[in-house]
Amino acid sequence: MSASLTLVIVMAVLYACGIYLMLERSMTRVLVGFLLVGNATNILIILMAGAPGVAPIVDGETTSAEMSDPLPQALVLTAIVITFAVSAFLLALIYRSWRLSQEGEDDLEDDEADVAMRVGNTGVVAEQTDEVEADSEFALPKDDA
Amino acid sequence: MNSLIPLVVLIPLLGAASALVLSKRPRAQRIVTLLALTAVLAVGSILLFVVHTSGPLSMQVGGWAAPFGIVLVVDRLSALMVVVSAVVLLAVLVFSVGQGLADGDSETPVSIYYPTYLILTTGVLNAFIAGDLFNLYVGFEILLVASYVLITLGGTEQRIRAGTTYIVVSLVSSMIFLVSIAMIYGALGTVNIADISRKMGEIPVDVQIILHILLLTAFGIKAAVFPLSFWLPDSYPTAPAPVTAVFAGLLTKVGVYSIIRAETVIFPGPELNTALMVVALLTMVVGVLGAVAQADIKRLLSFTLVSHIGYMILGVSLGSAAGTAAATYYIVHHIIVQTTLFLAAGLIERVGGSTSINKLGGLLAAAPAVAILYFLPALNLGGIPPFSGFLGKVALFQAAAEQGTPLAYILIGAGALVSLLTLYALVRVWNLAFWRTTDEVEGYESDLLTNVSEAPNALAVKKARSVPRLMLAATGGMVLVGFALTIFAGPLFGISDKVGESLESPNSYVEIVFPAGGGADD
Repeated sequence: MSASLTLVIVMAVLYACGIYLMLERSMTRVLVGFLLVGNATNILIILMAGAPGVAPIVDGETTSAEMSDPLPQALVLTAIVITFAVSAFLLALIYRSWRLSQEGEDDLEDDEADVAMRVGNTGVVAEQTDEVEADSEFALPKDDA
Repeated sequence: MNSLIPLVVLIPLLGAASALVLSKRPRAQRIVTLLALTAVLAVGSILLFVVHTSGPLSMQVGGWAAPFGIVLVVDRLSALMVVVSAVVLLAVLVFSVGQGLADGDSETPVSIYYPTYLILTTGVLNAFIAGDLFNLYVGFEILLVASYVLITLGGTEQRIRAGTTYIVVSLVSSMIFLVSIAMIYGALGTVNIADISRKMGEIPVDVQIILHILLLTAFGIKAAVFPLSFWLPDSYPTAPAPVTAVFAGLLTKVGVYSIIRAETVIFPGPELNTALMVVALLTMVVGVLGAVAQADIKRLLSFTLVSHIGYMILGVSLGSAAGTAAATYYIVHHIIVQTTLFLAAGLIERVGGSTSINKLGGLLAAAPAVAILYFLPALNLGGIPPFSGFLGKVALFQAAAEQGTPLAYILIGAGALVSLLTLYALVRVWNLAFWRTTDEVEGYESDLLTNVSEAPNALAVKKARSVPRLMLAATGGMVLVGFALTIFAGPLFGISDKVGESLESPNSYVEIVFPAGGGADD
């Protein structure tokens, strides 16, 4: 089985960036990470199809050895649709959680350890609320909030 | 008879579509949903009868011969799972209809609840009858997307928070599943389970083990097997009671079902059996220790759910016909009992206004019917004879003792201990919530309440509400089904023994899909 080196590298980079983003705290970044990982997986499926070839149409002239494998392409199409549906749902979820945090009823507040971790020092925990606002999904102008 | 197979998926899917069209007419919507699930139950029962008496069925969708087309396979295990799921889904639907009618549908927004519920049904049943890995993946995705909607129903802050964990974890597991499908396709050139099983022997054992671990990781997250179980007790308890009940009953079992298929058909070799036994041991013990430390009944039940998944993995990990048979009976038992207990917890929440044992009291006097409906399934889950929990555990322990390795005996000991601890956790709820009088609740001092932790973001005690008859009837019906597992234990073990025998070697599954033994070789 021969595989395109470019695709392998693209896949690896997409996986690396995607997994990095999925480990972030912000849901928007998790969504972007999920999209990257999803596309990396699609490339993986395409890679598993083997060497590329001509369109798999039986016309009596092309032999099956010259054709590319159509099944992984069908699988990828299905996977793309599923990824699309899930990202639409995730966007709605993110919007909802952003609305909730804007309404000020949010007790998803960061505890001291979270703030300290983000600020980068372990001692000071002053101005906790400001930090939380800055980290909300879509930062608003201060006077708007 | 083969034409009945796709109906299992088509009926709920079409029902969901019509329920969505009828979103302005709640009564019609309820009737459509009830009819669809009743029809699924009928079709499932016919399938089980046919499959049990005259052998397994398979269908090549669209006439494309396996391994190229999509194949649906119904053997005894699939048919049994379909029937049990249909029973549970129907009972929970009646429960939620009762709750919706009583509360003016504030908990269950009618226009999307019923269609989503039917989509969830579609996904679960599709996963049970899927004959190729990618169709199994699609089934998983259908049920997961529906479950995302159900777990965040109403969009309150608590549910969004719990749902976020659940959704991200599920996304990761789906991705791992998809990656393993891609790898298996790369290695074998097929996604048809029977075809995979035929070709698996041709590739080196180390590659097999890598594929095996990938697939088990994906299924393990779904089945909530330790150490991949951390997400479950955090996400399930916040959903509405009927949603939690159906999730607890069915979603993890779809994962366990897939593990059984993976262990018996795709990777029948014994390479990972010892590892699975250790995982089963840890799942049982860690899960139940979590349960003992919880004050919130729903969280407690979620931890026992994780813990009892360990029993099923124990049965699978033995790799013997007796082990698979016992695991099958235990899955049936656990689906029924865990759902009943979550429904009972929903009733407790209504009559007591809370699910924390720190705040509940006097429920035996206030609601004797709810007390009975909690107590019987609690004893059942704890493994008290003559309930099905006892029978299932005895079968598992017998299968483990047959194997006779030291690890198997350790598992038997751990299993017995875990069952006692489960009983302790559940009976403590009984003592505090039901037996304690209401005026004892304030400042109650007891060893039972030291070292238990409340649920994070526990809600304040709500006003007690009456329990509609329909909710009681649905829970009562489930308790009766639980009894039936004892009364009809003979025939049920008959079926599960046959399941165990037919799954002992992968050939019988391969022969369902490729009857001539040859099939298309490419």
